[in-house]
Amino acid sequence: MSITELGRTGGGPAPGGDTDPAVRVEGLVKTFSGHRAVDGIDLEVHPGEIFGVLGPNGAGKTTTLRMLATLLKIDAGRAEIFGVDVAGNPHVIRQLVGVTGQYASVDENLTARENLWLFGRLQGIAAPRARRVATELLGRFGLEEAADRPISRFSGGMRRRLDLAASLITRPPLIFLDEPTTGLDPRTRGQMWDTIRGLVADGCTVLLTTQYLDEADQLADRVAVIDHGRKVAEGTPDALKTTVGDSTLQLLLADPDEVPAAVEVVRRVLGSDPVLSPERGRLNVALDQADLTADVLIALRAAGLSISSVSVAKPSLDEVFLALTGHETDKGDKTGAEESR
Amino acid sequence: MSTVIAPAREAVRAVDRVAAARRRVSAGETLGQTLMMAWRALKKMRRNPEQFFDVAFQPILFTAMFAFVFGGAISGDVESYLPLMIPGILSQTVLTTCMATGTQLREDLEKGVFDRFKSLPIARIAPLAGPMVADLLRYTIAATLTFGMGLVMGYRPGGGAGGVLAAILLAIFTGWSLAWVFTWVGTIARSAQAVQGISMMILFPLTFLSNAFVPVETLPGWLAAFVRVNPVSHLVTAARDLANSAVLSGEVAWTLLACLIVVAVFAPLSVRSYKRHM
Repeated sequence: MSITELGRTGGGPAPGGDTDPAVRVEGLVKTFSGHRAVDGIDLEVHPGEIFGVLGPNGAGKTTTLRMLATLLKIDAGRAEIFGVDVAGNPHVIRQLVGVTGQYASVDENLTARENLWLFGRLQGIAAPRARRVATELLGRFGLEEAADRPISRFSGGMRRRLDLAASLITRPPLIFLDEPTTGLDPRTRGQMWDTIRGLVADGCTVLLTTQYLDEADQLADRVAVIDHGRKVAEGTPDALKTTVGDSTLQLLLADPDEVPAAVEVVRRVLGSDPVLSPERGRLNVALDQADLTADVLIALRAAGLSISSVSVAKPSLDEVFLALTGHETDKGDKTGAEESR
Repeated sequence: MSTVIAPAREAVRAVDRVAAARRRVSAGETLGQTLMMAWRALKKMRRNPEQFFDVAFQPILFTAMFAFVFGGAISGDVESYLPLMIPGILSQTVLTTCMATGTQLREDLEKGVFDRFKSLPIARIAPLAGPMVADLLRYTIAATLTFGMGLVMGYRPGGGAGGVLAAILLAIFTGWSLAWVFTWVGTIARSAQAVQGISMMILFPLTFLSNAFVPVETLPGWLAAFVRVNPVSHLVTAARDLANSAVLSGEVAWTLLACLIVVAVFAPLSVRSYKRHM
């Protein structure tokens, strides 16, 4: 599978003498009982950027992150963080990276304050400072009021915030966020995005995974699209979106046999081909402007083609995938289970 | 969050952090981290008091039950059975207590927080050893209650307070050492139930095929041979010598040696399988 190079590669070495990339990965491989969950991934993350790894469940995102965080053994390939070899110096890597997992990794038996205190003390921070850092982080993440309550009574959003706070105690220069907003309501999601942007303003580098194109679009300077353990595209979110257009017109023809005729009409109006969905009679038409919807519909009417359903949507990960790989994301794929733990 | 303007902080510089990074964990750091993990385990115990049920009820229940059931048959009457039985119950209680270490570790390992422990630059042994340090409290409670119950029932240890204290300390140390076996089981088994099952299989032959409750002379030859080499028998004999006559016998040395061997074998095994875990 060839890697589509999309647009310019943004970022570049940040000023300040950091010449090593924050993350450099070459030919990374992880095999679970014969199945290659990660199958030769290359990545380069520049210091000071937010790098998004975009892909459906089971694509190998979490596995990649866990290998980089020394939580899983690297089966083949090479990974460096700020020039330090991951496999050879796990103890050094653990001092450079803060990890926030998909599932909140905080202690249910402790209060929020006790959690932050414990993680601080474990990393060699003296007692008075650990107390101060805990209080500061609780304030920064809006958890002061809940600070001394047991975590078991926390909402999902509060847990995520505490989890992220726990990753920031030593202010690591590189932060891994595994699907930071999955399962959060829209408001909490927006807050999390602001927090993540704030980290970069502090001088951190962020590597995050996501299933959502809009999240990558909102946050990431650059994005790598992963599918079946391989990188299928890399570039800026803008470049990624241009491959699928600004919005997508989804058409379901009343008569599936009329698909070729409809394709012809779309080509005439827009000058580009629609993407055929595996579902019979369904066409996804990438549009540069939502305005063009009317032109397409009028042309279809003029050609005497009947439509049973029509919608205009922001391009989703599905469309990106369809455009990049020619197949849909395998939502029901069981490889997701292997990846999650 | 977004509305709070963070105080001006010095920017994070990666090069400085790489240069300042420590290459390995020192012995002092390992100890400090283990004690922090023990603090966590104690907090957990305080918030889940049911963890104390076994150490509180078992000594009381078993002491009374065994004394009245076996006392007459083995020693003629309950009172003369107590010096033989109390050190036996002490050993059995401490062993049951350390069995819980494995089950609890297994349950703990499945929680997300262990992912974080693994991702932190800390000694790999700290998350395993921490709860074991906290468990010293459980052993102390169990051992003290066993002797307390014995005293209530009329046991008057000939070794005096010093002898009893020495017996308790020896039992606690043995419990802590053998807990490494169950910790190892906790890191290799698939579920907490499996840990429970495997631990029972290890524990029952060890405690009942020992001289804890019956004199070895009454057993058939082949069984007596096993009972004599069983480390629990050494602990029981050592505890009897200490509590009943304040004698520091060779059995104490054998017990300590067996404990050290167990730790030397099972502590590295546990850390290795913990590292592979998850």
